[in-house]
Amino acid sequence: MNTMSSIQKTTIRNESKSKVQRFQDGLFLVLSQFSALFVLIVLLGIIISLIINAMPALKEFGLGFFVSSDWDINKQKFGGLISIYGTLVSSFIALVIATPLSFGIALFLTEICPISLRRPLGIAVELLAAVPSIIYGMFGLFIFAPVFADHIEPALSGTLGKIPYIGTLFSGAPNGIGMLCAGLILALMILPFIAAVMRDVFEIVPPMLKESAYGLGCTTWEVARYIVLPYTKAGVVGGIMLGLGRALGETMAVTFVIGNAQRILPSLFAPGSSIASTLANQFGEAEPGLHFSSLFALGLALFVITVTILSLAKFMLIQMEKKQGSKS
Amino acid sequence: MSDALSIKKSILAKRKSINGIALTLCMLAMIIGMFFLLWILSVLFIKGFSSISWAMFTASTPAPGTAGGGLQNAIIGSLLMVGSCTLVSTPIGLMAGIYLSEYGDKSRIASITRFVTDIMLSAPSIVIGLFVYALVVAQAQHFSGWAGSMALTLIAIPVVVRTTENMLRLVPGSLREAGYALGAPKWKVSLMIVLRAAKSGVMTGVLLALARVSGETAPLLFTALSNQFYSVNMNAPLANLPVVIFQFAMSPYDNWVGLAWGGALLITLGVLSLNILARVFLREKNKG
Repeated sequence: MNTMSSIQKTTIRNESKSKVQRFQDGLFLVLSQFSALFVLIVLLGIIISLIINAMPALKEFGLGFFVSSDWDINKQKFGGLISIYGTLVSSFIALVIATPLSFGIALFLTEICPISLRRPLGIAVELLAAVPSIIYGMFGLFIFAPVFADHIEPALSGTLGKIPYIGTLFSGAPNGIGMLCAGLILALMILPFIAAVMRDVFEIVPPMLKESAYGLGCTTWEVARYIVLPYTKAGVVGGIMLGLGRALGETMAVTFVIGNAQRILPSLFAPGSSIASTLANQFGEAEPGLHFSSLFALGLALFVITVTILSLAKFMLIQMEKKQGSKS
Repeated sequence: MSDALSIKKSILAKRKSINGIALTLCMLAMIIGMFFLLWILSVLFIKGFSSISWAMFTASTPAPGTAGGGLQNAIIGSLLMVGSCTLVSTPIGLMAGIYLSEYGDKSRIASITRFVTDIMLSAPSIVIGLFVYALVVAQAQHFSGWAGSMALTLIAIPVVVRTTENMLRLVPGSLREAGYALGAPKWKVSLMIVLRAAKSGVMTGVLLALARVSGETAPLLFTALSNQFYSVNMNAPLANLPVVIFQFAMSPYDNWVGLAWGGALLITLGVLSLNILARVFLREKNKG
C-alpha cells in the first residue's frame, strides 16, 4: 500500500517534471527561432524603411532619378547618376587592380610559400582585412595621395595619357585625390577579403588531382592554371564578387580620397562622388524634404546593387561547397 | 632524332620560363600586399605615437582653434556604445546560431536565414545607419548614443551568428547523444553541453564582432553623431572615436589632425589586439 503510493507519487512527479521540461524546451525553441528570424526581419525592415523614405523623391522625379545627373540643392533638383557612376567606376578600378593581386597572394600562400611561413603570412593578410576603413581613408588622404600626385599620376599621364581615346582617362591636373586614388585605396581594402576566399577554395582542391598533374611533369604554374583554377572557378568568381560587394558599399575610405565633387568628368584623375560618400557628406545637413528623400533613394539604390551582387557571390560559393561535399 | 630532342628541350625551356615568370609575379603580389600593410602600420605608429600623451585620456575634445585637448569623451562614448552593443548582440547572436545548428539543419527558414546572414555580413554599413536613423532618430527627433549602439548591434549580430553556428557544428554528435541518453532536455543539451564544448570558438566570434564594430564609422555619423563635451548620457548625442577621427582629420587645425592620428592608432591597436586575441582562443580550441 505504502509502496504503491510512493510509486504513484514518483510517476506524478515525473509527469509534472516532464511537463515543465517540455515547456522549457518549447520556450527555448521559440526564443532561438525568434533570434534567427530577427536577421530576416532586419533585412526586410531596411528595405521597407528605405522605400518609404525614398518615396517623395521617387514620386517627384520618377525612375528618371537614377539616370539624371542633376544634383542642385538650391534648385531642389536631384538625380542619382553622378553618385551611382562614381560608385561603379571606383569599384571597377578596385576590382581590376585587386583581382590579379589577390590571385597571386592566394596562389603564393597555397602553392609556393614554405610551410613555416604560411601561417604568419596568412595572419598578416587577415590583419590587413581587420584594419578599420577610416584608417585606410586617413592613410589615403595624408600619405598616399601626395605621393600619388607627385609621382604616379604624372607618370601615368606621360605614358597612358598619350594613347588616343584611353588618354582622356589619364589626363588633367594631378591632384592626388580623385576617382583613381579612391579606386586604388578600395583595391587595397578588398584585396585581403578576395585573397582569403581564394586561398580557402584553393585549399579544397583534392591533393590527388594536383599530385597526378605533378606526376605527369606539370610545372607549378601549369598545375595552378589547368588544375586548381578550373576546379575552383565558381569559388574564385564568388570571392571576387564578395570583394565587389564590399567595395560598392565602402564609405569612409572613399569619402576621404574621392574629392566629393558632384560632377562627372571623363578623367579618372578628377574628383567625383560615390553614393556612400554623398550620404556621409550631406545627410547630416540635409533639410527634411526632397534633398533628404533623394539621399534615401541613393541609399536604396546602393542597397539593391550590393545585395544583388552579394547574393550572386553567395550563390556561387554555395555551388562550390556542394562540389566539395560531393567529392570528399 | 636530335631535332626532336632540341624541340622538346626548347618547349621545356619555354614552360620553365613561363612558370618562373608566373611564380615571380605571385611573389611580387605578396610583397606588394605586405608592403602596404607595413606602410600603413608604420605611418600610424609614427604619427600616432607623437600625439599620444596623458592629456589624450584626461581631457575632452578641444573647441575649434583652441590648443591642447584630448579624446577622453570620445573614448568613453565608444566604450559605452561598443559595450552595450556587445551585451545585446551576444545573446541574440548565440541563440540564432544555436537555432541554425541544433534545430534548423535542413529546414527552409534556416537556409534562408543563413543566406541572409551572409549577405548582412557584407551589407553596406552606411545603409544600416540610414535605417536606424529612420527608425529611431527621426522618431525621437534627436541623435543618441542608444541609436548608435543599435546600429552597431545590427552589424555585430551576423558575425556572432555565423561563427557560433560553425563552431557548434564542430561539436561531435556523440556528445549530444550522451546528453540525451541521460534524459537531458534539448535546451539543456544545447546550452550546457554543446555551447560549453564550443566555448572558446564562440568566444572567437564575439571578439571578432567586437573588433568589427569598434572601427565602424559610417553608421555612427547619422545615429550617435558626436558631442564636444564629456557625457555618459546614452539618450543624447554621444562622442565616439571613429566620428571624432573623421571630423578632426578633415579639419584645418593642426592639433585636431594630430588628435585624429592618436585616435586612429588607439582604434587600430584595439581592433588588431582583439583579432589576435580571437585567434588565441581559436587555437586553444583546436588544441583541446
